[in-house]
Amino acid sequence: MTPIVVGQLIDFAYLAAAVLFILSLRWLSSPATARHGVLAGEIGAALAVTATLFNPALAQYKWIVIALIVGAALGVPLGLVKMTAVPQRTALSHAFGALSASMIGIAEYYVRAPHVTKFGMVEIALEVIIGSLTFTGSLIAAGKLQEILPQRPIVYRGQNIVSLSVLGAAAVIAIILTIHPEYMRLFPAMVGVALLFGILLVTPIGGADMPTVISLLNSYAGLSAALLGFVLDSKVLVVAGALDGSSGFILSVIMCKAMNRSFTNVMFGAFGQVQVHAKAATEERTVRSANAEEAAAILSAASKVAIVPGYGMAVAQAQHKVRELYDVLTKKGIDVKFGIHPVAGRMPGHMNVLLAEADIPYDRLIEMDDMNSDLPQTDVALIIGANDVTNPAARTDQSSPIYGMPIIDVDKAQTVMVIKRSMSPGFAGIDNPLYYMDKTLMLFGDAKAFVGDIVRELASGHHS
Amino acid sequence: MPADFISNLFVFILAGFVGFEVIKRVSPLLHTPLMSLTNALDAIVVVAAIIIAGLHETTLSTVLGAIAVAASFSNMVGGFLITDRMLRMFKSGKPKKS
Repeated sequence: MTPIVVGQLIDFAYLAAAVLFILSLRWLSSPATARHGVLAGEIGAALAVTATLFNPALAQYKWIVIALIVGAALGVPLGLVKMTAVPQRTALSHAFGALSASMIGIAEYYVRAPHVTKFGMVEIALEVIIGSLTFTGSLIAAGKLQEILPQRPIVYRGQNIVSLSVLGAAAVIAIILTIHPEYMRLFPAMVGVALLFGILLVTPIGGADMPTVISLLNSYAGLSAALLGFVLDSKVLVVAGALDGSSGFILSVIMCKAMNRSFTNVMFGAFGQVQVHAKAATEERTVRSANAEEAAAILSAASKVAIVPGYGMAVAQAQHKVRELYDVLTKKGIDVKFGIHPVAGRMPGHMNVLLAEADIPYDRLIEMDDMNSDLPQTDVALIIGANDVTNPAARTDQSSPIYGMPIIDVDKAQTVMVIKRSMSPGFAGIDNPLYYMDKTLMLFGDAKAFVGDIVRELASGHHS
Repeated sequence: MPADFISNLFVFILAGFVGFEVIKRVSPLLHTPLMSLTNALDAIVVVAAIIIAGLHETTLSTVLGAIAVAASFSNMVGGFLITDRMLRMFKSGKPKKS
């Protein structure tokens, strides 16, 4: 076969891969077909990679083979992490994707320079800047999620001005490089400044905002891959990047809506710093608490129970104990549902994955709106490690920083039980009036241990 | 403006629309696997990395290309693996047909 024919065959393989990628995402629309989606994606990727290896322009394979082996050796353990580590794994994979895209952009620049067209330079600069800032930004996000770095927002005076000037500096260097391609020494400076901006961008953002940040970084990683497709005139990269970018974008919009906040507010608002001491301890309010035995008695008298999990359930690794609770209650003929807030946890869909891992059937996992229409007819709402997403101040208190945020209306249930370590304010430091309501019982303790105690009480048979 | 830019822009806009239509149908149940799957698909940049590493134009481009191959291939392998693991966990409560 002539090299031209081989080239055309490779292009057809890329086209087939692009189609399979679209089918892959289409089949993800329902859990019943989702695994076909993974298979379609795998076939598409395998086809594209294999075809590329037949590219007649390849001069030597040594480094390709070594790098593929290293990649597989890194990828397998990253694919086998525990489900509780999925948020940080995801952030890390955004970092790897962005690293790869910027490395290729940088390599392409040095192959062409200084004979880069003005248009080509704009494309490369944009691609490398977005790739680099996504790389460091995602590393910081992964560090926060792994709790190597503090999860609290880190802020200082004039922060936004400093961050935006750094981004501005990267843009100015890119413009100079476009006008004067011979100033090749400026290129590493541009990369360095973009890397710095990624750090500055994510460091001030708190853990509770991670679902939005991860989605946004997902979108940037996709955008950098699509831009690389422009640089290299590779349609399959443009398609895959556009799919990844639009997915990240849609998720970011969903996350922002679920917090009633704008992109700019998430990125530059440093949520949770203000208002911490504003109204704490103004009056002595009483809370009612209960022990596991009392909680078990109330649960066994119920006919409908709604469980609302949050990040605290993930931290305490309580999902398997929650599953036991689900089993015991279901066996007693009690209807148990799980109310899932879109931003519960640290990434989109986090709670669903943890509960599915614990073998809870997915048709018991109910989205916020459906849960809310069910809650007034619910006997007991049991909150495990969730705070802000159940805070009725979001509906009633205009001065609350979360006012307007859609919440799961647990306060509409007949009885509310909250498993919580102590009365200390939640992550964002916002007071939760739910805890002081007459119908609320506080169950103080570790989520995993407390749920375990309730299960033991229920199983011991005193409450039938 | 080069001609290939226009054709790439066509593809980008159309793929963006397709992505939007397809992804908004994905159940919120599966948003975490969605993210890991798109990550694995995005790792298709490995094909560009293979070319850069294999053309062997300069030592620098070969080294950067090899790093890119390793980083994106790990995303591809790990992304598909974890997506499949997650999806296997999602079970319906209804009795199985068998």
